[in-house]
Parts: sequence; structure tokens; C-alpha cells
Amino acid sequence: MWFLCVFYHRLLDFRKPEVEALAELFGEEIADNESLQWRLPEHHHNDTPFHFVQLSSEEIAQNIAKRSILVKGMYELWGEGTCYEELKDSIQSYPDSRKLPFLSSGSTFRISVETFGKALTFDEQKDRINSLTYIPFEGRVNLKNPDHNFFLMEMDESEENNGLPPIVQRRIFFGREVGFADRKLLPTFQLKSRTYLGPTAMDAEMAFLMANQAKATSGKLVYDPFVGTGSILVSAARFGAMTMGADIDIRVVRDGRGPDCNVWSNFKQYGLPMPVALLRMDNNLPPWRSGLKEIFDAIICDPPYGVRAGGRKSGGRKILRGTVDPYTVPDDKRTDHIPSTGAYSLVECVHDLLHLAARMLVMKGRLVFFFPVLRDENGSEVKFPEHPCFRLVAVSEQILSSRYSRVLLTMVKVEPYSEEVEEAARLMHLEFRENHLKWLEDGNIHSSVFKPSDSSQIHADSKTFKDPKPKYRGKYV
Amino acid sequence: MRLIVHNMMSCNIKGVVNNFPLRIEAEKVIEKEVDFNPDFLRHMFAKIEWKALVDGARSLGYTELPDHAPDTAALESDESFLRQFHHALLELHLEEGSLVCPETGRKFSVNKGIPNMLLHEDEV
Ligand SMILES: C[S@@+](CC[C@H](N)C(=O)[O-])C[C@H]1O[C@@H](n2cnc3c(N)ncnc32)[C@H](O)[C@@H]1O
Repeated sequence: MWFLCVFYHRLLDFRKPEVEALAELFGEEIADNESLQWRLPEHHHNDTPFHFVQLSSEEIAQNIAKRSILVKGMYELWGEGTCYEELKDSIQSYPDSRKLPFLSSGSTFRISVETFGKALTFDEQKDRINSLTYIPFEGRVNLKNPDHNFFLMEMDESEENNGLPPIVQRRIFFGREVGFADRKLLPTFQLKSRTYLGPTAMDAEMAFLMANQAKATSGKLVYDPFVGTGSILVSAARFGAMTMGADIDIRVVRDGRGPDCNVWSNFKQYGLPMPVALLRMDNNLPPWRSGLKEIFDAIICDPPYGVRAGGRKSGGRKILRGTVDPYTVPDDKRTDHIPSTGAYSLVECVHDLLHLAARMLVMKGRLVFFFPVLRDENGSEVKFPEHPCFRLVAVSEQILSSRYSRVLLTMVKVEPYSEEVEEAARLMHLEFRENHLKWLEDGNIHSSVFKPSDSSQIHADSKTFKDPKPKYRGKYV
Repeated sequence: MRLIVHNMMSCNIKGVVNNFPLRIEAEKVIEKEVDFNPDFLRHMFAKIEWKALVDGARSLGYTELPDHAPDTAALESDESFLRQFHHALLELHLEEGSLVCPETGRKFSVNKGIPNMLLHEDEV
């Protein structure tokens, strides 16, 4: 069945991947290497709020919409057209067998008018509703809590479309609502009201999108190796998953700002189950016992790339300088010793993350993480990290400034981890590193993305940077 | 720290071979009720090193677990076993104490429930 899927005009690149991940979660059969089938309404640009998507049942469509963050509504389309006459023909030719069950005398209904890019007066709305008298509504109107919700949606061809991409011709849709997103989650979980916050806490909307990409749900175990204040795990726990997190920074993961202001309290605040574990460790040198594998259903994280919080790893080199012998921590200082750490490069960090995921994810488990990229005026392709155990299923860019973006990558484990795979992975990694280094050498200021100290340079540069911002609100939203 | 985590961790000091399971030295143990989720338990059961779990539970004062892991059929039929497994795996917490490497005696402290598994720079 085709459904009309109307999106919020936000985070455009994240919208279809969210629906696809949720479709799988709710049991839509999607063959390997395939994704859902999508179709655009006539004359619509890819960034339009209106899309058609094929799903095998209304139940799945409803579940997707309810759980999603970016779906404004899923509808069974009864008709569409460029004008009200065309709409009428279209609705009238839609089979009665599909319509009549929702028009019966015992039921209640409501019709809402929604316009995209312009506002209608109350009278204009009423006129439009009254023009639908050819639909044999037998039920009673109930504005508060109707059995069936109908929507008349109109999008004009005007240039100034309030931030939406322009279309060539007006388009009108009429449909029955099947489900819609529960955005009430967002004010409840917004960071402003979070007790324990860090400088890199993940914004609630993004954290929910990440949890959806990871298909977090009851009975699953979700791991964040760079847990920080736990904001990503909070969203996974909200969807019922068990959670576990680690961080190298003991102050963040253990102490927080006191007994009622720490990672635990962020879960308590919302009545969510506590993480199964929080621990302090270095993802570069994790203490997993040998033989442990395929234990997590998903790994979700915002790795320490240095944009805001640079990565550290065990074994600082500073202390070694000047000494010939390996550095040894004096015995009397061991208990309270704070191990020194060295810088953790992006390439290494990504390598360790893929390795962790290859070994510790169950088959079909998902790795969802952010990766920073420089926005390239020449449009040359960005190389994303690769691993033979994984297939990349979604790439969603969020533009952060005229110079750089972060991209949310969703990978699915398609091959079990083995020694041979390890070798193939090593070669892929070397190639990635090579590419990455070349990129740095090419005079590309890619590094400025990763070094906060260079932020002044980013600023100065952006003045001369010709911004190809489209007339409508694209990925900026 | 719950025993599910104890079951995953080893001492990863360079060159150490006999590094699992870490012996538990308990100073403070607490119990917290956790929602019972049979699906999750069945999935975990296959991943658990049974002896490490039994010994770990004993060092936290819980002795109900059988010495030998029952076969997987028990997970379907024997709810009382599943409850014991649930309790040992998820409801016992080591709040304060240490995890001790069987080979080197290196102690990883557990403080406010958080195991500190970070190595010193001369151990990596
Ligand atoms: C971008 S922040 C993630 C913030 C987190 N999403 C939150 O909600 O607060 C990256 C985190 O990685 C941690 N980190 C840096 N290097 C690490 C390493 N080698 N192993 C584990 N964690 C590390 C930092 O302490 C920091 O908390």
C-alpha cells in the first residue's frame, strides 16, 4: 500500500532514514541491499514535506508514525490534484470499499485544513471544508477526539513558500490520518531541563533520531562507548532498551556534579531504568574478556573528534619524554594515580569503534555514529570509514556551519567477525587513513574541523566563503 | 557494578594471560529491583561464562545459582531458574570494592558502582 508521508521541514536528510529504520523495526520485510520504495508527488522537489512511501500494512505505517520524530503524519490518500475540481474527481474515483468504512453513521470524524507555506483565514478554511460535500460523511463531527481524522493539505506554487522548496504547480491532497509523531517527547526531554549536562550533551531530538536509527527497543542492549552525560542512552532507554555506557573521563561518568546530578540521575529524572552498567575505560584499550562477542544489539555514539571534546587514550607520551627506560608509576602513588593520556586521532578512534562494533554487535546489529566532514565547495566525494562486516545503510548530513557538517552514519552488521575479516578490515582501514592523511596534506583545512583552537580560522574563512545557501531552508533546518 | 559487567571484563595489562574472571573483593553490596525481561535473559544466557557468574554471585553473598549451567531448555520451562539468573545478573550491585586480576593481583577499584578499568601508562 502507498501512504502519503508528510514530514516536518527539519533535518531533511534524517527523515527517510528514520522511516526506513522504523519500518524494519516494526516488521516490514525489506530485502538485503534494498530499501523502502519512495515516490514524490508531481513537481515536488526531494526536500518537500510530501512523500509517498510503500508499506505492507496500515499497522506498520501507524507504528512508524507514532514512534518517529520527523513524521508529521502518515495518511491514506483519498485524492489529490492541482485544483479543487481535480481533487473531487480523484476522491470520487477512489474505491468506495476503502472510503465507506470510515464514513459510517456510528462514527465520529474531523476534517482539518493544513496549508504549507501560507496561512488561511478561518472562513477560507471553512469554504474548503464545505466544498467536500460530495464525500458522503454520515458520522458526527467531533473536534476533540474523533474516530477518524481527515486532512486537506494544500501547497501553493508561490516563490515565497515560507522556507519550503518552491513547486511549479499547486498541489492539494486529501487523506485519512493513520498516525503522527509524538513530538511531546521533545519538550519533556529537552536539554534545558536535564539535571546533569556537559558541553557535548546530545540534543534530545537528535538523540531520539539516533535511537531510532539503532532500532532501540525493549529487550535490546544498547552500548555507548563515549557515554559522557548519557544523553544518547537516555533516548534509547525511553524506547525501552537496556543501556550500557563507558567513558575515559571518571569525573564525567562517576562523579558528575554530586549525588543527584550525574549520569544516573539523568535516567531517574524521567523514571527510566538505570543503565545496566557505567564504567570507566578507554575504547582504545578495552578490557573485554577474550571470547566475548556479539553481546550488543546496537552501538550508538558521538565519538570524541576534537571539535568540542578531543579524544584521549591511555599511555601519554609526555611523561616518557627525556626518559630512556619505560616510565613506571611509583608503587606508593598507584592507588590515586591519574593515568596520563595521549591524543586520540580521528582515524584511530574510528578504527577502534568499527573494531568494537564488528566484534560486539549481534548479526544485523546497528552501529550509529557521527562523523565530521568539511563541506567541500568542489563537491568531491567524502570517504566514509568502511569495514567488511558492515553495510552502510544511511548517511544523514547536518550542516553546522558554512564550513563543516556532521554526518550521522548508520551501519548494519552483515558479516560475522573472524580472523580473515580482521585482515580485510586492516586493509580498508589503511586505505581510509591514507585517504584521510592525503586530504589533510592537500592543503584542505579539514583539520580545523577537529581542532577547537583553530576556530578563529574557521571564522575568518567563512567571511570569504561564498555560501550557496538555497532560497528555501535546506539542510540548515 | 552488576555481575553482567563483571562477566565481560578482564585485566588487559599487556602480556597478562590468565586475566579472567576478576576476583571480587566486596566492601559494599546493594540490591536493586530490575524489571524482569525473559527475552533479554535468554539472549544473555548464551553469552555468559557460567562459572564466573556463580563465583561472582557468591562473593556478593548470593549462593542460589547451580554450579553447572542448566541447558537452554531450562530457560523456557523453569521460571524459578530464570528469576535466579535475573537476580544474579542484574539485581546485585557491587557499590564499593575491587576487581582483582588472578595473575598479577592488579586491583581495579569499584567506586560508587563504577569500575575503573583504565590502565596506568606503564601497563599498556
Ligand atoms: C562528544 S563526547 C560525547 C558526549 C555524550 N554523547 C553526552 O551526551 O554527554 C565524547 C566523550 O568521549 C570521551 N572519550 C574521549 N576519549 C575516549 C576514549 N579513548 N575512550 C572512551 N571515552 C573517551 C570523552 O570523555 C567525552 O565524554
